[in-house]
Amino acid sequence: MLKTIGVSGVGDLFKDIPASLRPKSFNIPAGKSECEVTGHLKRLSSKNATDLINFVGAGFYDHFIPAAVDAIVNRPEFYTAYTPYQPECSQGWLQAIYEYQTVICELTGLDVSNASLYDGGTAIYEAAMMALRLTKRNKIIMDSGVNLIYRTMLYTYTSNLSIEFVEIPVVHGQSSREELFKHLDDKTAAVILQNPNFFGAVDDYSDIVERVHKHGALAIASVYPVSLGMLKSPGEMGFDIATGEGQSLGIPLSFGGPYLGFMAAKKELVRQMPGRIVGATIDKDGRRGFVLTLQTREQHIRREKATSNICSNEALCALRAVVFVSLVGTEGLKELAQRNYQKAEFAKNELSRIAGVEVKRSAPTFNEFTVSLPRHANEVVYGMIDKGFACGFPLGRFYKGMNNYLLVAVTEKRTKEDIRKLADGLEAVL
Amino acid sequence: MKLIFEKGKPGRRGFTQARADVPEVKPIDKRCVRKDMPRLASVSELDVIRHYSGLSRLNYSVDTNFYPLGSCTMKYNPKFTERIASLEGFTGVHPLLPQLSGGGMLAQGSLEVLYETERLLAEITGMNAFTMQPMAGAHGELTGNMLIAAYHKANGSRRKYVIVPDSSHGTNPASAAIAGYEVIVIKTAADGYMDLEEYKKRMNNDVAAVMLTCPDTLGLFNPHIKEISDIAHKAGALMYYDGANLNAMLGKCRPGDIGFDVVHINLHKTFATPHGGGGPGAGPVGVGEKLADFLPIPRVVRHADGTFALDYHRHKSIGYIAPFYGNFGVILKAYAYMLFLGKEGLIEAAEAAVLNANYCLSRLKDHYDLPYDKRCMHECVFSAARQALGGVHAIDIAKYLIDKGYHPPTVYFPLIVKEALMIEPTETESKETMDEFIDTMIEIARLAKENPSAVTQAPLHMPVKRLDETKAAREPNLRWQPQ
Repeated sequence: MLKTIGVSGVGDLFKDIPASLRPKSFNIPAGKSECEVTGHLKRLSSKNATDLINFVGAGFYDHFIPAAVDAIVNRPEFYTAYTPYQPECSQGWLQAIYEYQTVICELTGLDVSNASLYDGGTAIYEAAMMALRLTKRNKIIMDSGVNLIYRTMLYTYTSNLSIEFVEIPVVHGQSSREELFKHLDDKTAAVILQNPNFFGAVDDYSDIVERVHKHGALAIASVYPVSLGMLKSPGEMGFDIATGEGQSLGIPLSFGGPYLGFMAAKKELVRQMPGRIVGATIDKDGRRGFVLTLQTREQHIRREKATSNICSNEALCALRAVVFVSLVGTEGLKELAQRNYQKAEFAKNELSRIAGVEVKRSAPTFNEFTVSLPRHANEVVYGMIDKGFACGFPLGRFYKGMNNYLLVAVTEKRTKEDIRKLADGLEAVL
Repeated sequence: MKLIFEKGKPGRRGFTQARADVPEVKPIDKRCVRKDMPRLASVSELDVIRHYSGLSRLNYSVDTNFYPLGSCTMKYNPKFTERIASLEGFTGVHPLLPQLSGGGMLAQGSLEVLYETERLLAEITGMNAFTMQPMAGAHGELTGNMLIAAYHKANGSRRKYVIVPDSSHGTNPASAAIAGYEVIVIKTAADGYMDLEEYKKRMNNDVAAVMLTCPDTLGLFNPHIKEISDIAHKAGALMYYDGANLNAMLGKCRPGDIGFDVVHINLHKTFATPHGGGGPGAGPVGVGEKLADFLPIPRVVRHADGTFALDYHRHKSIGYIAPFYGNFGVILKAYAYMLFLGKEGLIEAAEAAVLNANYCLSRLKDHYDLPYDKRCMHECVFSAARQALGGVHAIDIAKYLIDKGYHPPTVYFPLIVKEALMIEPTETESKETMDEFIDTMIEIARLAKENPSAVTQAPLHMPVKRLDETKAAREPNLRWQPQ
């Protein structure tokens, strides 16, 4: 090969890099065998606690993942391919994404979906940017029932843009209409709400959405897909854009990623959407086929005028989601939602029997709820770890004045016995 | 192939929940209940497995086909990293565990992976500190631009512009723009490098940063890179390194030593994590010392006793850019890959990648136009301009290659090359594979002269022929609708 190239050694190929720019250091350890690296990482993995009984949710949930999901995403024909730029040799991926888009539309009750975004937080950011562009306004109203992590991300991303943010306080665990309507005006680009909200409270936002539209603003929802097997969809409430974290659809918790941001919108907004979109078309012989479409929105064509800078997304996680949803089907999703709800209601009853523990019941909840404790929640969480439980998320971490509050999530994976033991443990720790 | 929704039978299911072990409860407030249930597939587990297995076979992938997609570094991804990433001790950890009081000890293994990966990347790039949080290259670019803005703001200046060359990836100007900057585009001079005179003219005290890919998207190492960097710094601007092409540089040159202030790396390219059909990737960002305080929170820190923790108390930080600590599952594979290759292996990877690209270049340059006739680094960019005169365009060449079992090179990018064919073989391909590919390319060049329609008809042997993209855009059909 060197002869064909016409050089005497590989070193000659790097001649363009001047000596003065050669590495000042490159202190990387010597390579190890596959066996050694695997052993090392197995040891590291065993330093993580995975035997805790988990009642922590806060937007990221410990659901069961059927083995068939892994069987599909572990097919190298899926996971070692890249973005389907060349449709004729990517029909499998393109069709899978088209099916994923359909699933997201069906779950959210909206018309169009993209091929995925990074996570639930960046999905809200992208939706907010859409609203700013569409309305040419610069005020955003956000409910403080939206996950604090997402709100904080939105502030980071927009810190160099002139956007006016208003946060609406949560009253008795729910969005305060009175406060929200006070700030809603003709300068508002979007109102962002979450369902169930961070405290677990479920709401019907139809009335808010109607008012938002009267002011020419867009209503943006952040939703938990498993709950959509039971709860009113963003489309039914009239939302213009639905976003969310798709982790609950067959994606492991995996210490925070990779996850799946999803976005669906009314069809008239499609040309403002970020990211890849797959469309059906026909080939020369009239056969159905799929392509990446509406690409004139995207960075590789529009460059600085693109609707977003996103290129790589979370396609493999989107595949997990569509396989998961296909396995469970409509009835299965309904049943999954019901089981989560049922178990959380059971947990509420069990926990409310403990002296000093009060389950907050001002609003209906789905699979997560707030309890107040007679002590600082941090102390209780600490004590429960010793007993083998991640018993919930201490709300004081995200909300001032809520040091004694705990957010408890109960998925279908928690058994009656787990829940009873949680209650017993809490009673002992308190 | 039929859609999953067009298969199965009403009532059929692929998964069943366990029987309820808790009592029935009162339904939730009916005002909150959905009326229109989602219309999903009604299929068995076998239906699902057959369907998606069938679809998978319609894709070209690194494991099944040579995939010289320029700028995407489609190298082979060693299988052992997949097994590591599927260990329950990694997949089962809730990201909020270390944020619970007393929870710090519950994720020591994962925190160590993050900490050590940061350190390795810092040494490889010559940067001071890294954040592993960005979830893709473009996400890293946006993060980098926000770091740049925070730096200038802390120094009391609000700069307006970001400079990018016209050969840059589209994500560069897009990221700068959404971070709030106006973009100045510098054209490429006849020698293939960013026009230095034009660059000097456009540089001023209102430029926040210069975003460069190095080697650039033509696969060239810019000999003026140090001068470009010095000029930027003299004007108070920062240098941003788009790490998409880092593969050629491993152990050969470090962006930090050139003077770059901010770097993003595509772990899915250089560090061999699978591309997953368009993600998940990972786009960690490294910075020089003067920008380290602005990195997103939390940072992973190591205590004197050897334990790891998350540090949220960084008052100069730009804040949260991700919900947690990045695409951990991807980072883990890249970490395993780096440990496996080690110092010599990484250097060898760069050398073999550059050797392979130059081999392709040398064998093809008599058959295709080479707009910038220079030795290349990890990829080479040809033009099909000569073939286009006879009606065979870059897209036709791509489609013919598909028929022959190859994933095509990147076509029509960089935008500055007419009929561009951007070939990146990567280090993991054998000479035999490249020779077969090159022979096919030479055959196409011959056909373009002698029998163009043999090329322009392609593909003929795929599940679909050429697709009507205009129809797809004019009459968007973006989801299945029940009949």
